Amino acid sequence: MNGKPGKSGPAESRRAGSRMRLTGLVRKEFIQILRDPSSIAIAFLMPVVLLFLFGYGVSLDAEHVPVGIVVANPDQDTSRFIGSFRQSRYFELVLLSTMPEAVEAMESGTIDAIIHLRQDFSKKLKTSGDAPMQVIVNGVDANTARILSGYIEGAWIRWLGHEAMAEGATLKIPVQMEHRVWFNSELRSRNYLVPGLIAIIMTLIGALLTAMVMAREWERGTMEALMVTPVARREIILGKLIPYFALGIGGMALSVLLAVFLFNVPLRGSVIVLFAASSLFLLTALGMGLLISILAKNQFVAGQAAIIVTFLPAFILSGFIFDINSMPAPIQVITHLIAARYFVAILQTIFLAGNVWSVIAWNALALVVMSTVFLGISRRKFRKRLE
Amino acid sequence: MWRRVFALTVKEFLALLKDKKSRLVVFIPPLVQLLVFGYAATFDLKNIPFAVYNEDSGSASRELLSRFRGSGNFTEVATLRNEGEISPVINRQKALLVIHIGPEFNRNLLKGRTSPVQVIVDGRNSNTAMLAMNYARTIVNEFNRTWSERSGKPGPPAHLVTRAWFNPNLESRWFIVPGIVGLLTLVVTTLVTALSVAREREQGTFDQLLVTPIRPVEIIMGKTLPGFFIGIAEATIIILATVFWFDIPLRGSVLTLYTGIILFILSAIGIGLMISSLAVTQQQGLLGAFLFLVPAIILSGFTTPIANMPPFLQDLTLLNPLRYFMVILRGVFLEGAPFHRLINQFWPMAVIGMVNLTIAGWLFRHRLY
Repeated sequence: MNGKPGKSGPAESRRAGSRMRLTGLVRKEFIQILRDPSSIAIAFLMPVVLLFLFGYGVSLDAEHVPVGIVVANPDQDTSRFIGSFRQSRYFELVLLSTMPEAVEAMESGTIDAIIHLRQDFSKKLKTSGDAPMQVIVNGVDANTARILSGYIEGAWIRWLGHEAMAEGATLKIPVQMEHRVWFNSELRSRNYLVPGLIAIIMTLIGALLTAMVMAREWERGTMEALMVTPVARREIILGKLIPYFALGIGGMALSVLLAVFLFNVPLRGSVIVLFAASSLFLLTALGMGLLISILAKNQFVAGQAAIIVTFLPAFILSGFIFDINSMPAPIQVITHLIAARYFVAILQTIFLAGNVWSVIAWNALALVVMSTVFLGISRRKFRKRLE
Repeated sequence: MWRRVFALTVKEFLALLKDKKSRLVVFIPPLVQLLVFGYAATFDLKNIPFAVYNEDSGSASRELLSRFRGSGNFTEVATLRNEGEISPVINRQKALLVIHIGPEFNRNLLKGRTSPVQVIVDGRNSNTAMLAMNYARTIVNEFNRTWSERSGKPGPPAHLVTRAWFNPNLESRWFIVPGIVGLLTLVVTTLVTALSVAREREQGTFDQLLVTPIRPVEIIMGKTLPGFFIGIAEATIIILATVFWFDIPLRGSVLTLYTGIILFILSAIGIGLMISSLAVTQQQGLLGAFLFLVPAIILSGFTTPIANMPPFLQDLTLLNPLRYFMVILRGVFLEGAPFHRLINQFWPMAVIGMVNLTIAGWLFRHRLY
C-alpha cells in the first residue's frame, strides 16, 4: 500500500507526493467536469428544475374538488344546506338534477363525489330528526377520497351547527374533537414535501455524479493508464470524491435557498447542523454511486443501477411521501437500508421542528455508518488489477 | 427492407442481452420493485403511534380511549402524567398524536354538556397528520352516536351515509399498484432505448450504420422493436403480478388495456430514441433519460393528483404520456372503463409517439459528429 505513513524523512516526502498526486487527480477531474457540462448540469441545473417542478407539482392539498349535488326536492332547507357547502374552499359544487346524470358525471371523471338529498330530506329533518344524506365518493384515488370525505364531514358538522343556532339551540354533540397541529398549522403539504424533495434530489445528484465516472474510465481504458502510475487506490477514490462533493454541496445550498425563499418553507433549525447533515448524506450518496460504478465497470449497467437503486427507493421507501410506520414489517426493515430515509427525517425536523437532537443524532449516526460502509466496500472492491 | 430491419433488431437484442449484467438490470429489478413498492406505497395508516394524557378518571374517557386502542389503526406508545410531557413525545416523533382529555370530561358528558377532547398532531408530514385526524374524528363520531343512543338523547337531525365506489374499502394499494405498472414499464423502455443510439455514437459504429444501405426509417424500426418487445413482456409480467399476487380487480377488458400499453410503449420509445439521438455520449443519454423520467413520474398523477397542481403545470402534464396511461390503467382496472371512454387518452399518446419518432429519425441524419 502506498499512502502508509513511515517513520522519518522518506515518509514525509511520500506524504507530500501523495498530496501532489491527489491535487493532480482533483484538478484533472475538475477540468473534465468543466469540459463536459453535463456534470455541472447535474449539480446545478437539475436541483433548480426539479425543485421548481416538484415544489409546485407535488401537492396533496385537495382544493376546489368538483362535487356533484343532487337535490330531489329543492326547498328552503336544502338551499341552506347548499349555501353552507358553498362557503368551503375545498369544494366546487356542481348542481345536477338527477342521479343518473350524476353517475354519468362521476364515471367520466368530471366530479369526484356525489351528495344526494332524497325526496323526503326536509320532511325527515323536521319530524323524525333522522334525515339521511347519501354521500358517494370516487374511491379510485383512496387518499383523495378519504381527505374529501373528511372535508364533507366537516362541512356537514358546520351546517348542523348553523341549523341548531338558527333554532336558538346549541348543537348537542357529546364529545367534540378539538385539534391542534404542531409545526405546520395550516397543514401545507409543501412544507414537508419540499424538504423531502431536497433529499431525493441530493440522492440523485450524488449517485449520478459518481456512478458514471469510474465506469467511464474503465470503458475508455484510461483506468489502465492510471494503474501504471504510482497513484494509490485511496488517492483515486479521494480524487473522484472531492470534486463531486464540492459540486453536490453547491447544489444543496442552492436547493435550500430555493426552499426558503421561493417556497417559503420555514427553516427553524440551525444552518450549521443542516450543512453537517447534508455533508454526511452527500458522502453516503457519493459512496453509493462510487460503489455502483466500481462494480458495474460499464456505463449502461452503472446508469441503470444508479436509477434503480437510488431514485425510486428514495421516492417510495424514504418516508418522504408514504408513511414508514404503515408499511408491512419486512418492508420497514428494508427502508433502513435506504440512506434517504435518514436524511428525510433530518430535513423535515430541521426545517419544520428545529434542532431536535434525539431525532438528528440517531439519523446522523446511521448516515455515518452507511457512508463508512459504502466507501469501505468501494475501497476493497476497487483493485488496481486487470481482469 | 424487412430483412434489414430484422437483422438490425436481432443485433439490438444481442447488444442488449448478451451481457449478463445488462440482462439482469433489465428484468430482475422491476419485479423486485413491484413487490417492494406494491407493499410500501400506501397512504393507509396503520399503527399510528399515539400517547394519552388523561386527567379524567371516569368510565366515559376510558371507553373513548379503548375505542382508539381497538380500532386497529392506532397503537398506544406512552401514557403521559403532565402537560410538560406532551411536547417531547411529539418532538422526538415517538407519537404522531397526543390525546388530551381534561378533568371535567366525564362530568360534562353526564350533565349533557359538550365535552372537548384535545388532539395534538405532529404536522411535519401534513398528509399523515390530516389522515390521522380523520381517523380520530371517525372514532369520536362513533363514540358520540353510541353515547347519544344509550343516553336516549336525540342525536343530530341528519346523518351522513358515505359510500365509496370502485374501491369500497378505500385501499390506496388499489390506486398505487396499477400505477406501478406504468411507472416500471416507462423506466425500462426509456432506458433501453435512450442509450441505444448514444452507445453506437460513442463507439463510432453509428457512422458505419449510416453508410450502409439501411435507411433512417429502418434504423428507427430496428431500434424500436427490441424496446417494444421488452416493454410488452415487462408490462405483461407486472400486470399478471398485479392481478394474481396483489388481487387488484381487473374489471375492464384486456383488449382496451393492451391498446393503451402498445400506444404508451410507442410514445416512451419515441422519447427514448429522441434523447438518444441528441446525446453524443452514454452519460448524456442517461442524463437525458433521467431529466425526462423523474418529472414524468412525479407529474403523472402516480402519487399526487394532477388536479392539485397549479394550472400551468397541469397544462405541462399534457405532454407527459404517463399521465394518460395512468388514467387508462386505473380506469380499466378499477372502474372497468369501456374503450370509447378512453379515446381521449389514446390519441395524445399516439401523437407524442409519432412526433418523437419522426424527430429522432430526422436527427439520425442531421446530427453527425
